[in-house]
Amino acid sequence: MSELAIEREIDRSQMKVSDEVAIQITKMNKWYGAFHVLRDIDLTVNRGERIVICGPSGSGKSTLIRCINRLEEHQAGSILVDGTELSSDLKNIDKIRSEVGMCFQHFNLFPHLTILENCTLAPIWVRKTPKKEAEEIAMHYLEKVKIPDQALKYPGQLSGGQQQRVAIARSLCMKPRIMLFDEPTSALDPEMIKEVLDTMIELAEEGMTMICVTHEMGFARQVANRVIFMDQGQIVEQNEPEAFFKTPKSDRTKLFLSQILGH
Amino acid sequence: MSDKNVSFVRTKMLPQSEPPIGQRGVVKWIRENLFSSWLNAILTLVSIWLVWFVVSHLTPWFANSVWAAESLSQCREIRDATIGNGVPSACFAVITDRWQQLLFGFYPNTEYWRPVLALVLFVVGILPALFTAIPRKFLIGTAVTPFVLFWLLWGGSVWTTAAGALGFVIGYYAFKLLTDRAGLIVGVGGAVGISFAYWLFAAGPLGDALHSILPIGIQYVESKNFGGFTLSVVIGVSGIILSLPLGILLALGRKSDMFIVNKLSTGFIEVIRGVPLIVWLFTASLILNYFLPPGTNFDLMLRVIIMVTLFSAAYIAEVVRGGLAALPKGQYEAADSLGLDYWKSMRLIILPQALKISIPGIVNTFIGLFKDTTLVVFIGLFDPIGLTNAIRASTNWNGIYWELYVFIGLMFFVFCYSMGRYSLYLEKKLQREHR
Repeated sequence: MSELAIEREIDRSQMKVSDEVAIQITKMNKWYGAFHVLRDIDLTVNRGERIVICGPSGSGKSTLIRCINRLEEHQAGSILVDGTELSSDLKNIDKIRSEVGMCFQHFNLFPHLTILENCTLAPIWVRKTPKKEAEEIAMHYLEKVKIPDQALKYPGQLSGGQQQRVAIARSLCMKPRIMLFDEPTSALDPEMIKEVLDTMIELAEEGMTMICVTHEMGFARQVANRVIFMDQGQIVEQNEPEAFFKTPKSDRTKLFLSQILGH
Repeated sequence: MSDKNVSFVRTKMLPQSEPPIGQRGVVKWIRENLFSSWLNAILTLVSIWLVWFVVSHLTPWFANSVWAAESLSQCREIRDATIGNGVPSACFAVITDRWQQLLFGFYPNTEYWRPVLALVLFVVGILPALFTAIPRKFLIGTAVTPFVLFWLLWGGSVWTTAAGALGFVIGYYAFKLLTDRAGLIVGVGGAVGISFAYWLFAAGPLGDALHSILPIGIQYVESKNFGGFTLSVVIGVSGIILSLPLGILLALGRKSDMFIVNKLSTGFIEVIRGVPLIVWLFTASLILNYFLPPGTNFDLMLRVIIMVTLFSAAYIAEVVRGGLAALPKGQYEAADSLGLDYWKSMRLIILPQALKISIPGIVNTFIGLFKDTTLVVFIGLFDPIGLTNAIRASTNWNGIYWELYVFIGLMFFVFCYSMGRYSLYLEKKLQREHR
């Protein structure tokens, strides 16, 4: 919850936002039974944007990003990812999912497969990449997240931070154009949070389009180009990080920030 | 305390010594495991007495057993003459006299080598499927084995079996072609339809034609001649191998979001499970005849295999459903988020983990199924239990019970215990892989 100091200088040269629209959400609504979880969400994400979504628990932030790759179904409005509309059409869903990477709070690595097999599975079976090539790609990304020497171990043998980095590498192996992070550091010990955030920063520096649900305000301040505050299933406030943290406009945001940054 | 001298210097180092006599070796083990308290001591003594009681009564019966005689009365005479009048003595001569019948039923005795060879081939054929250390290419052999076994056991022209096997190959290619062009449902439906059409109209004439060109064949053995352990193993193994995939499909069906599939699977499982197996066997032997067109000769053994398969599939389905439910939701979501479609995520992610959890339950069901094959005695098939009646019906062996049941029990135990050990091996192996 606290602000995490990111020591090194962040290279913003690659972090350019283009005019091309990556995700377009219009008037999106979602209900769990009779409970109205997401209300009239409007959100446009351009290619190269790094968006941090924060808000109290139960505000619908996880549900929102899970709607973007259809882990949750929305009942009204529309979501366009890379120009493809998310509907009940299974072909579209699988296509979008293979373009959108996702990292979960609890990593969700496949415990019966080695680290390498975790990373090569989707390229081999979804992209039809030859096994050898898939392994090369996997090793490339495992080197990038700095754990190539763990490739032949099973997820249960790794620490939480290492597992989350593997999860990131696993998503990257599909060469996604958009990455979604659902509280990637919430289940980690403090010293492991840093290694995961460092990996995410590197990703941002390379110009990846990212949407992160996180409570790491230090990360938001230094990496995001937009911070979104959600409450009760609605987007309450969004702004550039500078302005968002210094001069929050709504009382709800002020209260939230005072609680999260106050101690 | 302040005036106490706290300085200390050791002048002599202590050598290493053994723990006291009561704290080491056998004495320690006996004390801790057998006589750690009064209650424990009493229980130990009672148990020792119980074991002695059973063993002391059974040992003479086994030790004095007679192995060479032609009838029960001759057994008694030999015992009275050599060991003593009225001493407990087993007459295992019935096994030496009738073991062939217990193992092969009424299978022609010149052809006994066939079930034996079939069993050996079965064991060899299934090895690649059981042990991953064997190269995967040998699985092709495993796929061919069922047809070889079928031909060995029932015999007849080799071309009849080959023509039947061709139906599976046709079905496979039809499935591949149609699925690529028109999707999974058309693929499955088309493949099943084409295969059945082939079997119904083309397989018979094709087999006959090939046979007339090149007659290769062995003596044909009718199903009614199957008996003893040959029958139990054929029904049991077929049931086991067929019920696993069917059970998995039913479990997936019951977890499915599709309304019709879900309700059909649930209904099927509940109906099959809710009725005793013996009722289904009677259904197979009697009632099915009413539904089949008159004149069709639908092999009774085949009907029994189908019923046993359906019955155990319902149980397997529930065991596998337990495994599916035990997986964290995150595994499904991770598979989905990588873009794997339903069948791929099931095959690569969900089922390997769910089945691993379900191994004890699955093997338990298999062992149950194998032993339940003895129920076929009630519909007139001669399983080992049924044969004991046939053996007793001869005047020579009238009145012999225990020796036959001990033998049959031992044979079943060997099969079931092997399955149990394999399940333990598999659990251990998979456990190691995951940690």
